[in-house]
Amino acid sequence: MNSLSKYFLGIYTGVKSLLVGMSVTWKELWTKKVTQQYPENRKTLVVSDRFRCELTMPHDENNEHACTACGICQMNCPNGTIDVQSKMIETEDGKKKKILDVYTWDQGMCTFCNLCVITCPSSAIKFENNFENAVFNRRKLIHRLNNEGSKLREKKKEVKPAESKAE
Amino acid sequence: MMLLNYSQPLELTKLIKWFDNLLRASLPEFWTLLIEFVVVALALLAVYVVVALLLIYAERKITAFFQARIGPNRAGKWGLLQSPADMIKILLKEIIKISRSDRFLFFAAPFFMIVASFATFAAIPFGQSLHAIDFNIGVLYVIAISSLGIIGVFLAGWSSNNKYSMIGAMRSGAQFVSYELSAGFALMTIVVLSGTMQFSEMIEGQRYCWNIFNGHISSLIAFVIYLISGHAETNRGPFDLPEAESELTAGYHTEYSGIMFGYYYLAEYLNMFVIASIATTVFLGGYLPFEIQGWDGFNQIMNYIPSYVWFFGKTFVLIFLSLWVRWSFPRLRIDQLLNLEWKYLLPINLLNIVLMVLLVLTGLTLKDLFGIL
Repeated sequence: MNSLSKYFLGIYTGVKSLLVGMSVTWKELWTKKVTQQYPENRKTLVVSDRFRCELTMPHDENNEHACTACGICQMNCPNGTIDVQSKMIETEDGKKKKILDVYTWDQGMCTFCNLCVITCPSSAIKFENNFENAVFNRRKLIHRLNNEGSKLREKKKEVKPAESKAE
Repeated sequence: MMLLNYSQPLELTKLIKWFDNLLRASLPEFWTLLIEFVVVALALLAVYVVVALLLIYAERKITAFFQARIGPNRAGKWGLLQSPADMIKILLKEIIKISRSDRFLFFAAPFFMIVASFATFAAIPFGQSLHAIDFNIGVLYVIAISSLGIIGVFLAGWSSNNKYSMIGAMRSGAQFVSYELSAGFALMTIVVLSGTMQFSEMIEGQRYCWNIFNGHISSLIAFVIYLISGHAETNRGPFDLPEAESELTAGYHTEYSGIMFGYYYLAEYLNMFVIASIATTVFLGGYLPFEIQGWDGFNQIMNYIPSYVWFFGKTFVLIFLSLWVRWSFPRLRIDQLLNLEWKYLLPINLLNIVLMVLLVLTGLTLKDLFGIL
């Protein structure tokens, strides 16, 4: 190809590709706008379920949780945000048993790495996507996760495998 | 004249005539003229600022729409108060004096920029009888005066005593000087076609056939080249090399703050408007409505829309085009930028003038071919 035809071919392909580019942006002009106007659209806001904001310990209707106070979450936490305090009680048949007393989580120190949830053998804790966590005082970021007066859920043989799969 | 046959209820001609007669009836000639000059100057200044604010708002909104965003929508309804708020903010900011800079030139530079852009702005015909100065060499005047702005850019780069400002100013200068050539030649093509440099005559000549249709292929090439080089002259869009942020922070106006920076900002936006409005005047029939010879009913309807609406409508379409281009194309390198001008636009432009001369001489323009007035 000689240089003259190269020159004109260059102009032709250049103009063509520019027009293609402009047609793309023209379509983009009419697309739906993606901006979320947050405080106003609070009711319709969709936050992904996998978004990790707040560590919770789910309690059922009998105020029972699944935490056995084994402390694995506390050991795995890289920042030391979890503090599991247990106490020993004596059951009806005279055995000694360790149960959960107070489970505290310091949100201000947490990196939301999810290691505690992954390693929990009884799937007692999970991360919720409730992201509105701003408070006026750092001390308010320290949460107690187990409810007052809650106790360990007794194991039922047919329910347990289904539950662990769901988690 | 032909134009008196159509009724144009919303034109400002009568109002201006009435004001003129009122002054002349009660005052001597000198005072009449003085008052009129001051009123015209104030009106132009007001329009200048309002157009700038509206442009900044329109640019932010359209940019947002191109990027699937909403844009400013908090200050006032649809964010309409956003640019007045920005203006007030920039007026209240401190003007920082740079140590070891050339103080006099540093503060003189923005005025070159703003005066050049304002003097061009004043020569634009905005509508019927809304034309402050009608030089018989209007096109030449506009090209000459708008080139003064580059002095402001150079002075800013030099007097800031800052290597980034200096490189930005040199780039801007290279870009401006090169593209001014193309813009000038593109306008000259149309001067050949319409046979006059006076804006008012040029517009009247386009009554039934805009220049862009009249010179068909040659006009179209000139129009596209004028838009490209006008775009490059205003340092915007894919040609915003002087402000290459990662390389030169903000280019020649890096060291400016407060209203001094505001002048550059204002002049940049107004230059965009000036380029678009010259393109409107020269190629798209200026403030004239879209009329077709012989279709009197249609022409009457078109004439009900006042001329300033036509002018601003056409200008806005061109500004939209410039924004569209800006958000479509990636930035050029400096060598690509100069290649585009010297290897493509300029040779095509020179050939285009010859083509236009041939079209006019051999009677191949649309007016000659179809016998349009």
